[in-house]
Amino acid sequence: MRRMVDRTFVAMTLAATLVILAMIAIILGNVVIHGRDRLSWEFLTAAPEQGMMAGGIFPAIYGTVLLVFLMSIVAVPFGVLVAIYFAEYARAESRLYRWTRMAVNNLAGVPSIVFGLFGLGFFIQTIGHGIDQVLYPGYLVYGQPSVLWAAMTMAVLTLPVVIITVEETMRAVPQEYREASLALGATRLQTILRVILPQAWSGVMTGAILAISRGAGEVAPVLFTGAAYFLPQLPTRANEQFMHLGYHIYAMSTQSPDVEATKPILYSTVFVLLVLTFLLNLTAILIRNRMRRWTTR
Amino acid sequence: MDDQIKISVKSANFFYGSQQALHEVNISIRRCFVTALIGPSGCGKSTFLRALNRMNDLIPGTRLEGRVELDGQDVYSSSMDVIQLRRRVGMIFQRSNPFPMSIYENVAYGPRVNGLMKNRAELDVTVEKTLRSAALWDEVKDRLARSAMSLSGGQQQRLCIARALAVEPEVLLMDEPASALDPISTAKVEELIYELKRTYTIVIVTHNMQQAARVSDETGFFLNGRLVEFAETKKLFTAPAKRETEDYITGRFG
Amino acid sequence: MKGNSRIGAENGVGKMESAPSRHADNTAADDPATEGQTPFSRPLFPPQSAVRNRIDRLGELFISAVAFVVIAIIFLIFIYVAREAAPLAWRTIDGISIWSPLQTPYTWQPVGGVPKFNILPLIVGTLKVTLIAMLLATPLALAAALYTAEFAPPSLREWIKPAVEVLAGIPSVVIGFFVLIVLASWLQDAFGFQFRLNALSAGIGLAFAVIPLIYTVSEDALTSVPKLYREASLALGASKPQTAVRVVLPAASPGIFAALVLGFGRAIGETMIVLLASGNASMLSLSPFVPVRTLSATIASELGEVVFGGGHYRVLFLIGVVLFLITSLLNWIGARYNRRLRQRLSGAA
Repeated sequence: MRRMVDRTFVAMTLAATLVILAMIAIILGNVVIHGRDRLSWEFLTAAPEQGMMAGGIFPAIYGTVLLVFLMSIVAVPFGVLVAIYFAEYARAESRLYRWTRMAVNNLAGVPSIVFGLFGLGFFIQTIGHGIDQVLYPGYLVYGQPSVLWAAMTMAVLTLPVVIITVEETMRAVPQEYREASLALGATRLQTILRVILPQAWSGVMTGAILAISRGAGEVAPVLFTGAAYFLPQLPTRANEQFMHLGYHIYAMSTQSPDVEATKPILYSTVFVLLVLTFLLNLTAILIRNRMRRWTTR
Repeated sequence: MDDQIKISVKSANFFYGSQQALHEVNISIRRCFVTALIGPSGCGKSTFLRALNRMNDLIPGTRLEGRVELDGQDVYSSSMDVIQLRRRVGMIFQRSNPFPMSIYENVAYGPRVNGLMKNRAELDVTVEKTLRSAALWDEVKDRLARSAMSLSGGQQQRLCIARALAVEPEVLLMDEPASALDPISTAKVEELIYELKRTYTIVIVTHNMQQAARVSDETGFFLNGRLVEFAETKKLFTAPAKRETEDYITGRFG
Repeated sequence: MKGNSRIGAENGVGKMESAPSRHADNTAADDPATEGQTPFSRPLFPPQSAVRNRIDRLGELFISAVAFVVIAIIFLIFIYVAREAAPLAWRTIDGISIWSPLQTPYTWQPVGGVPKFNILPLIVGTLKVTLIAMLLATPLALAAALYTAEFAPPSLREWIKPAVEVLAGIPSVVIGFFVLIVLASWLQDAFGFQFRLNALSAGIGLAFAVIPLIYTVSEDALTSVPKLYREASLALGASKPQTAVRVVLPAASPGIFAALVLGFGRAIGETMIVLLASGNASMLSLSPFVPVRTLSATIASELGEVVFGGGHYRVLFLIGVVLFLITSLLNWIGARYNRRLRQRLSGAA
């Protein structure tokens, strides 16, 4: 009797696991099956036509890559520097460290739509308008949504990801290495740059990739900070708006005059976005697993 | 000042926060001698060793009172360049800790960060010379580019010694350098210590009394954060002056 | 004494000559004192050391400065969102004051003859969707975490975790899209709902988003329980499932509570899924089968069309402040319980 109860219990937990895996398989399978049809070289390289009902999605891919690129060159170096500060300079038991660390952790759980509000209120209304008042009085140059401000907003959103990942790997580097290096007459900075950072490299890579994958997939923060439904031309300046894969999916799903007609294009766009974020996440997971094997050896 | 004295410690008291780990330690460590520090675990001998090159500075909330002098200069004075001090006073740790780099890079690390070498050729010479001094050259000369992690435990520890020698220190502090090694590797390290003493002042912490008797010229016995006795090694082991020392070396405790 | 034959002796002298005394003042000060007495001790401050120390100090200063600026921006997030909402506190803008969200009628209807800004329908909508999501996600995620941590063979385990993490990596807009285009129709066909998009469809979508979070955090909590506990229980004759339920689960309970709280926080703030899958109409109703509108979706769908600095604009920021505070509180509680778990287990092991 007891054996029966035990077995049933294990079977139920297994069933729950399978349900979750099945859900993933259904979503991915559905998108792959319907997304394949429309996929072609032309789809990836051409601009949308006839109100999104024909043509490709190149501007959205271009805009997403541009956004993620601008975001990473801000989020990664700054995130790494903050992580170095946390792991190597800040006193772990100090109140300052505990509070700031808590703020960073909290930030990782704040809804992304709030970051959108922040981007609008801080980058566009405050910084952008400030720049315009000083450099371009009477004109609207930086005080409006643009790829620059969307990227900055996304950078603030992904900063905690970078900080937390890099700090964790830096803390995982054994104290012995720091002592050995300092005992040889190296300065703290030399120790960090030559011994600690090279060993935490996988953490920097993982953090960067996770940030990029999040940046490519999130839509809420760019809703009001720079994404546009349709633009006739690719953005060439930092203060222009841009098209974005995720936003494109949202807009096509909700604002298209003929949903049935846009469906194939919509599915293929989803497919492209999924492949992009999936590959990024997979790389991050692989790097992390390999790193775990190194550190446990 | 006595020219024979390399390090002199005067009434040193050391604190971890409010807990006192060393009490009124006075000791004079002689130049080109091997000085062994023995005592039961937790007696403060490692703390004392790490006070000599200010490695304890890395632990927040620690504090030293009293005076530690290297060649007559106050190690804890505000004008002391800690970085430079640590270059002059090298350290070998209990667990061998080569960097996860190549054998060559491990030895070259110190000269590089200290800016001691002008070019690659000079660096090559130093690497070879120090690996020879650490009696490791013949074993590794064909695989300098291989990872230091590929070496055996004993080789790793000798690599760490070579790495420390490469920055031309004057003093070598060794914190139980052979405690994690097999007997053969231990013998090699002890042999090496014997060689090195011709040129370096060596302070070695060990829990192994035979080892202290074999390698050292003078020995200090620590108990509960106090230096109980400090004497010539032969004398300390054959005719200890203090009752506690005798109890310890005859194995009555510890 | 053979001190002069030491390895670096010649090197040392050579170096003194080769490094011209750019910092002569530094070296000279200590030279006479040591040089005379000890043939091998070199000056305390060789030239390059001073430069190196300066670089080291500059490096620390730079890193600390950057860290403080970044951390300041982090704190600014709340301040700037609050700042845009703040004017409502001391004046009425476009007939809207800070009390408008609490005034009757219980309707959120920002556009129309008489705009109405009662926040209750949005809060009820948010809670309704979140509750549905949690009811669906909690048993599934917990059971799966239990299976992975306690029952799965190790080889399988290594596959399940990354697979669930793949779900975490699916952008929420894609999940929203899937519910909107596919799942909602399946549900309507199966149950004959009056509205294709409703609180239930949004809740299911949201469950997709919180399952990986609850799963990961509680799986971590379960695996952090020391082996000792399990062995002790198994040695007493308990079976594996009994051990899991009676020993491991209670030991990990603070971490599991943390997982639920964090999942709840994530669900409350999630935007794109509810925006696409909820029908996005603010009706005050307790039925799970009618369309709803959540706090986050309201911001997302209305902010694009409001006048900058107007009353409606500021009310939306006020909602942002509320969201920020609620999720921060939940994150804080979650972190506290996770810390409690670690303390409990480190004290016991």
